Amino acid sequence: MEREFKESIHKAVNDANLTGALGTFSEAYKVNRTKAYEGIDFEELRNRIASIKGHAASNLKELSAQFASAAEARGATVFRTSDPAKVREYILKVAKDNGVKSVVKSKSMATEEIHLNPFLEAAGIEVGETDLGEWIIQLAGQTPSHMVMPAIHMTRDEVADLFSKEVDERLSSDIPRLVKVARDQLRPKFLNADMGISGGNIAVAETGSIVLMTNEGNARLVTSLPRIHVALVGIEKLVEKLADIAPILKALPRSATAQLLTSYVSIISGPTPNPDGSIKDLHIILMDNRRTEMAEDPIFKQALQCIRCASCLNVCPVFRLVGGHVFGKVYTGGIGTILTAWFDELKKSEDIQGLCIQCGNCKEVCPGKIDIPELIMEIRRRLVKDQGLPLLQKTIYAVVNNRKLFHGMLRAASVVAKPLATGGFLRHLPLFLADLTDGRSLPAIAEEPFRDRFKKITQPECAQKAVFYAGCLIDFAYPEMGEALVRILNKAGIQVLFPEEQTCCGAPARYNGAYEVAARNAADNIKALLEVEADYVVSACPTCTVALVHDFSSTLKSTGQQEWLTQATILAKKTMDFSSLLKQLVDQGRVSFKEGQELGAITYHDSCHLKRTLHATEQPRELLTKAGYELKEMFECDMCCGMGGSYSLKLPEISGPILQRKISNIRSADAETVAMDCPGCVMQIRGGFDQDGGDVRVKHTVELLAERMKE
Amino acid sequence: MYQHFKTRAEGVGAKVHRCATSQEALDFVLSFLAGEGVAEQPQCSAVWADSPFLAAVDRQVLNKVSGLKLEVTRATAAEAKFGITQLDWALADTGTLVQDATAIEERLASSLCSIHIALVPTAGLLPDLPSLLTRLTPAESSYIAMITGPSRTADIERVLTIGVHGPERLVIVFVDDLGGKS
Repeated sequence: MEREFKESIHKAVNDANLTGALGTFSEAYKVNRTKAYEGIDFEELRNRIASIKGHAASNLKELSAQFASAAEARGATVFRTSDPAKVREYILKVAKDNGVKSVVKSKSMATEEIHLNPFLEAAGIEVGETDLGEWIIQLAGQTPSHMVMPAIHMTRDEVADLFSKEVDERLSSDIPRLVKVARDQLRPKFLNADMGISGGNIAVAETGSIVLMTNEGNARLVTSLPRIHVALVGIEKLVEKLADIAPILKALPRSATAQLLTSYVSIISGPTPNPDGSIKDLHIILMDNRRTEMAEDPIFKQALQCIRCASCLNVCPVFRLVGGHVFGKVYTGGIGTILTAWFDELKKSEDIQGLCIQCGNCKEVCPGKIDIPELIMEIRRRLVKDQGLPLLQKTIYAVVNNRKLFHGMLRAASVVAKPLATGGFLRHLPLFLADLTDGRSLPAIAEEPFRDRFKKITQPECAQKAVFYAGCLIDFAYPEMGEALVRILNKAGIQVLFPEEQTCCGAPARYNGAYEVAARNAADNIKALLEVEADYVVSACPTCTVALVHDFSSTLKSTGQQEWLTQATILAKKTMDFSSLLKQLVDQGRVSFKEGQELGAITYHDSCHLKRTLHATEQPRELLTKAGYELKEMFECDMCCGMGGSYSLKLPEISGPILQRKISNIRSADAETVAMDCPGCVMQIRGGFDQDGGDVRVKHTVELLAERMKE
Repeated sequence: MYQHFKTRAEGVGAKVHRCATSQEALDFVLSFLAGEGVAEQPQCSAVWADSPFLAAVDRQVLNKVSGLKLEVTRATAAEAKFGITQLDWALADTGTLVQDATAIEERLASSLCSIHIALVPTAGLLPDLPSLLTRLTPAESSYIAMITGPSRTADIERVLTIGVHGPERLVIVFVDDLGGKS
């Protein structure tokens, strides 16, 4: 990672104003968004948007042409280009031809994308941003840190300082007063400007209409007062029909700011009269800038379904910590990472793609139904394909792909234990062998791994069998979790099998873009796990379960390895996470809990993969309650703990504060025990409590339930 | 639908009134202007954009109101405190007003002032946006404007503040006997 990038992260996480403002906002956002969507079937709505935008993305060329002819028939001038430089030149030419001295702008990410302001200013044209947030950052000489709220990183005091300089008068930091100052300062700019520049939230092909949404009312003035209006629109904003705007107008304000609708929506279809009676000179620029190329990419095409609501930023545990500037100058957050990789260049996303912890929050709320985490993974994969892995990682993955060597090293680690912290190579192994203990203690490697302990377990002969896929953490750090699982399944009349050839699930490699490595892990595991006859394959690690159920197939597909695909599907069908399997067994009456137990208060942490990929949220809660625990929900129970596999090793400065927030939410729940279904989360959260003074018991659900089952 | 609209619009800070007749609505508007201190001086005057409602009003009554201008220009609108316009539709589920604002006077009178008085035929109430879209013909209306509550921002520390570039107050008056668009 670039040193400069690491420094920007360091600066951001230590900026109390920034993390405070973003933290408060993201907490309120979640509540307000839910309220704004009350009574609306969000899945149905986003399916419609995805279908409308997906259809447009498949027909960009036709819709652009249709838009152009419709808008021209209405009297607008339409300029179509793929080149940002040509956009800048075109706008400058229109300005020069018409003697334009000053321009007012309403918020437009497309103009940010092509860095229009400095270009026009260099040509001697005065450019005034009129969106309050944009004006603030223009005065501060900064770039937007959020697509919807560009100045969210600034405090009222900083704004008061900026405005004081502008009006040459000492202003207090009273917000309504500051807003009034902005109104008074910008009003003459509106009235005197020769040209108004806007973006476009939607462009309707059949009618040649541009749809603009604002809350402040600046877009109405920008498009009404100056005699020339230039609208710069990325072609991904195209939809086919006027009726298509309804679902977007429904979702965009709700997702962006939790409003039912923005204060103002303007649908502009052709030139209108100017205040002096002349007719507006209306120019609409349809900009491609690699969007067509994106539409032709079968994987990235879905990114064109984005309606720029920025909800992926608002729910991101990383964004709320680091803010937008760490991501770059234009598009920020999850979708911003993808747009930067395309509209700027893949190389530019090299550092920022690493910010994604793959928690999946954004995918759940995206009104365009974009699988943002998956697209970021694809960026990783392509970066690795283009540039290869760094030597160190290459060496590590060579080890991970050799089960005997890998497991041998893990065993050796348990012998050398502590000195590892400074040991040259081993500390860089994925997951738990790191020397990063900032805010978290790392577990010692178990003296005897699960694979050895398993041999000593005497099990009853049962007709039904389940293969246990342990995963590295349970196998080598928490073998007691595996033993608990065996005890429970035995009571349900299921015998557990443990094929020794099973190895790392490949998640660490996959999440780092090393798909070839992950593909070899997939093949090795498929072979091992399907070798024995069994009714189920069960795992007590959600990340491993996701690997078995989803990732093996997709990794094999994207690396073009057909050989194991059918087997991967068979394996996926048999695989279940522990809680879902046990819930099923309890429901079938094959095993039950001891009665009359009062085990005290418990709070439950939803692990990312279990909740958002496997969709198992109620199963563990129901099991724990049935066992006799009193469930007390914590605030943000489904927010990532900051582990993210090797993420916590690569970006401890981000992982640490995310963990601290989780710890504090757990404490506030006022329960003696916190349960979770993921050994990775156990490692992270237990480590956090260990450093913080461990008064809360951190347990995997399997451990808590093992002693509570009836004989 | 009216009640639903009222709840939604007032939820975003608008004021909603309903009058049975145009005469009642006119009385309301005039007494509102008087109460808020309309006068013949900058930042106290009012502009009233041409509309079917206005066309039916006796000019002599209006001439008596000092500071009220029926000529809406950049200059008169820029110094007006009040802007009065007639809108075509009202969407109940979001509390939104909609009009064909192709005529620049409509936009000048409703976007530069600090108080916007919006007259709407009660017959123009529609349940939602999809029902509006089937009635719109962009080929005939170059500028369709939707207004939901007053101008607002939360760009400084996410604190909701009313009245940035547009009106800080929106007063909606439904008129039952005013003919609506189809």
